[in-house]
Amino acid sequence: MNGSHATGSPYAPYTDDERTAMLESVGVDDVEELFDIPDDVRFEDAFGIDARSERETRRLVRSVLGRNDELTELLGRGHYGYYVPSLIDHLADRSEFLTSYTQYQPEVSQGFLQALFEYQSLLVELTGLEVANCSMYDAATALGEAATLAERVRSTSGHRVLVPDLLLEGRRSTLENYVAGTDLEVATYPTDDANADLDALADAVDEDVVMVYAENPTVRGTIEERLAEIGDLAGEADALFVLGSDPVALSVLQRPADVGVDVVVGDASVLGLPTSYGMGLGLFACREDYLRQVPGRLVGAGEDATDRRAYTLTLQTREQHIRRERATSNICTNQAWVALRTAMHAAYLGPDGMVDLAKRGVTRADDLADRLDEIVGVTAPVHDRHHLREFVARVDQPARAVADDLEKRGFAVHVVGEHEIQVCVAGVPDERIDPFVDAFTEVAR
Amino acid sequence: MSDDSGAGRDDRARYDQARYVEDGQYEPLLSEKDRTTVEIGGDDDSPLPDDLTRDSLELPALSEPELARHYTRLSQMIYGIDSGPYPLGSCTMKYNPKFTEDVAALPKAAVHPDRSETSVQGSLELMYRLQDYLGRIGGMDAVTLQPPAGAAGEFVGIRVATAYHEHNGEGHRDEVIVPESAHGTNFATAALGGYDVVSLPSDDEGRVDLEALEAALSENTAALMLTNPNTLGLFERDITEIAEMVHDVGGLLYYDGANLNALLGRARPGDMGFDVMHYNVHKTFATPHGGGGPGAGPVGVVDELAPFLPAPRVREADDSSGSEPTYELFDPDHTIGKVHGYQGNWLVLVKTFAYIARLGDEGLLDASATAVLNANYLASQIEYDVPYEPFHHEFVASAGDQDAADVAKRMLDYGVHPPTTKWPEIVPEALMTEPTEVESKDTLDRLAAAFNAVAAEDDETLEAAPERTAARRIDQTDAARSPRLSWHALENDE
Ligand SMILES: Cc1ncc(COP(=O)(O)O)c(C=O)c1O
Repeated sequence: MNGSHATGSPYAPYTDDERTAMLESVGVDDVEELFDIPDDVRFEDAFGIDARSERETRRLVRSVLGRNDELTELLGRGHYGYYVPSLIDHLADRSEFLTSYTQYQPEVSQGFLQALFEYQSLLVELTGLEVANCSMYDAATALGEAATLAERVRSTSGHRVLVPDLLLEGRRSTLENYVAGTDLEVATYPTDDANADLDALADAVDEDVVMVYAENPTVRGTIEERLAEIGDLAGEADALFVLGSDPVALSVLQRPADVGVDVVVGDASVLGLPTSYGMGLGLFACREDYLRQVPGRLVGAGEDATDRRAYTLTLQTREQHIRRERATSNICTNQAWVALRTAMHAAYLGPDGMVDLAKRGVTRADDLADRLDEIVGVTAPVHDRHHLREFVARVDQPARAVADDLEKRGFAVHVVGEHEIQVCVAGVPDERIDPFVDAFTEVAR
Repeated sequence: MSDDSGAGRDDRARYDQARYVEDGQYEPLLSEKDRTTVEIGGDDDSPLPDDLTRDSLELPALSEPELARHYTRLSQMIYGIDSGPYPLGSCTMKYNPKFTEDVAALPKAAVHPDRSETSVQGSLELMYRLQDYLGRIGGMDAVTLQPPAGAAGEFVGIRVATAYHEHNGEGHRDEVIVPESAHGTNFATAALGGYDVVSLPSDDEGRVDLEALEAALSENTAALMLTNPNTLGLFERDITEIAEMVHDVGGLLYYDGANLNALLGRARPGDMGFDVMHYNVHKTFATPHGGGGPGAGPVGVVDELAPFLPAPRVREADDSSGSEPTYELFDPDHTIGKVHGYQGNWLVLVKTFAYIARLGDEGLLDASATAVLNANYLASQIEYDVPYEPFHHEFVASAGDQDAADVAKRMLDYGVHPPTTKWPEIVPEALMTEPTEVESKDTLDRLAAAFNAVAAEDDETLEAAPERTAARRIDQTDAARSPRLSWHALENDE
């Protein structure tokens, strides 16, 4: 390269000489001449943002994030911090994965398409449903998309979407936004000891209901015992049965297809992402009947000119870039790279590892609940159910005070009621369990 | 591999993508390498009763080294920005600085969203500062970081517009106006928000037709969604007048931030009269596209709309004092609620913050200058006609008598990624080209050579392309006719 570096962006490679030559080819003296911006809207001021070296920028971010306390998180409720093996970071960070975009040119994107096809296949195996898309943004938006799907495929004139009264606020609120532009409305059904109250649900389901949503495990970590009956109730009303779950839970819990589920949504990034302040991966799988109404991107197998199997985005006429206002969803940029990570993590674990991870979620939660239950002033678990990963404990003292005290001792837990604490074991290293029980014993005293 | 292809004869354009062929097939699926079935339940050491579990799970069981190879091979069959130029119009495929991956991987970035606010002051500070950066860059008064992509940002904008109009007793407004040449997400988002979409033709010069706009506007108009520069790369010169017209009927003006890279530091949506906008950080601020995502689509608004933004937002706490301010979450007074379960794509936001902090005013100002120079230079070097000018960071050439999709396939053989094709439709056989600021003159020359070589080739050659890629031309129509979407479906087929 000749001449001095002329530009202000560290990622634009020009020298003065080159720039002059280019300006000449374009036929202007100054880059500013290329901007066709009327004077009255020109910005003549500065943002006041200082440029920094890479090293300074890293230091800045490290020092800002350094203000986050170091805590052992016994937190779950929809976002889990399972350990993610190094293999995933190193391979997913290969720049071909990271720096490519949507596979509009499949011939030059076979690797990503295959990885997404394998991700879809993983979900098909886990759910038993025939179709899985290659990502929604997160569990909440996937739930919203399920409701709009229900609206499109409904055979009745109904307009009610039923969700459990314990549904996470973030999911409930997102769902409300997704249905705001339709004539659907969201209503709740009661829960009984954290699981769906079947009698109350039976009363709530009528021909006006287009969708019944349940979660397994529930937000309080309990395992639903009567999924097939929920499916029957929904089926009798011609409503879609939508289940919220995740790949770890699906590894051992009842297979959705076996209990009448029509659509599975949830956060698939319980595998693949560590805790990420709520960033996720929207899982979306459904029966083949709804194939042409599925939101989001689908990867299919086809053939290339040499008759070999090759992969491509398919059924794109559902999507916004072709169907515009009649598209099945407005999603464009999705969570493909997270889906890649999830598929990698599942492949790393293999079927044994996945089943084992889920089973340990049951036994470790049981063990910890037993130990907390021994503490005077603590009852755990509160719900007389089977649990996966997490459970609710009752504390005699105000839950807020207990949680604050625990935080001072280096542990984060959920407060879910005035005297209720929720505790999750997913991703918590074994060696942190004893200190947690000790701390709990002290603060509950 | 046919070495007599045009691309093969030209040494400067020699390119072959990795290709693995075994037993007449490409790289096998994981499921073709192994299938292992694990039985669940039916024994004493299952911690759950059998009626709560599935019977079995069948998935590949492969060793770590086997997986490392599988995914390395897959990666070699992908073209990314680091492979070569990627002038995919409207997508702003710029180089993604590596250090942003390191900052996003900091252990302290890995926090749970349900933590107490006092224990995540670092995350809140970063979000607060990013809100501030984005507000300055867009000329907006308040910013939410929650939307996980551009389309989700549009959805926030539309929901905010609805809430605002309803708040003012104008809930009857049921139309959103979208230019014919807009991105598909604009139409789809307006429809998702429950609006009738009124589509607006362009004038002869490729901009908003003011007469048509006048005709489209009414007391039913909730909003007009605009991209500026528009998808032809043209600045909407009449933007001040457009804003007045929309505001006169009581509508809101929405800015689709996909093309903000053209304007960084030179013009701000807030100053042009836009009321609400999204920033597309995976475009403008170089966060990686990750094969389709994740991105992030923060939304900025003017003061009047701030009470309607999604909850929660971050602000400096009242009792904030001393050297280190403290931050807290709050719900805007008339919030539309949430559009994501938590705070959006947090790790992407960390990278966005790092990128902006690295470039500063100087770098951002240069990004737009160089992006615009690059587009103009590249256009000056190619033989295809570019009907609409003066464009900024991108231009739309016409493939003329050639099929734009075939042109794209053939360009792959020259080792470059092709432009976006066949959109916007106002240009016949459109080649929408956005080189971004990161390409050197040398690379732009090679890119131009690829365009020009293809321009000179006959239809037969184009239709036979690509030849040098991991897979040859894929029949997408056929794949859609009998969809096979999982390895299970492949089996059922056999
Ligand atoms: C002009 C325009 N608007 C909106 C979008 C949607 O943004 P996203 O893909 O981030 O949802 C795009 C993205 O491709 C675009 O090019």
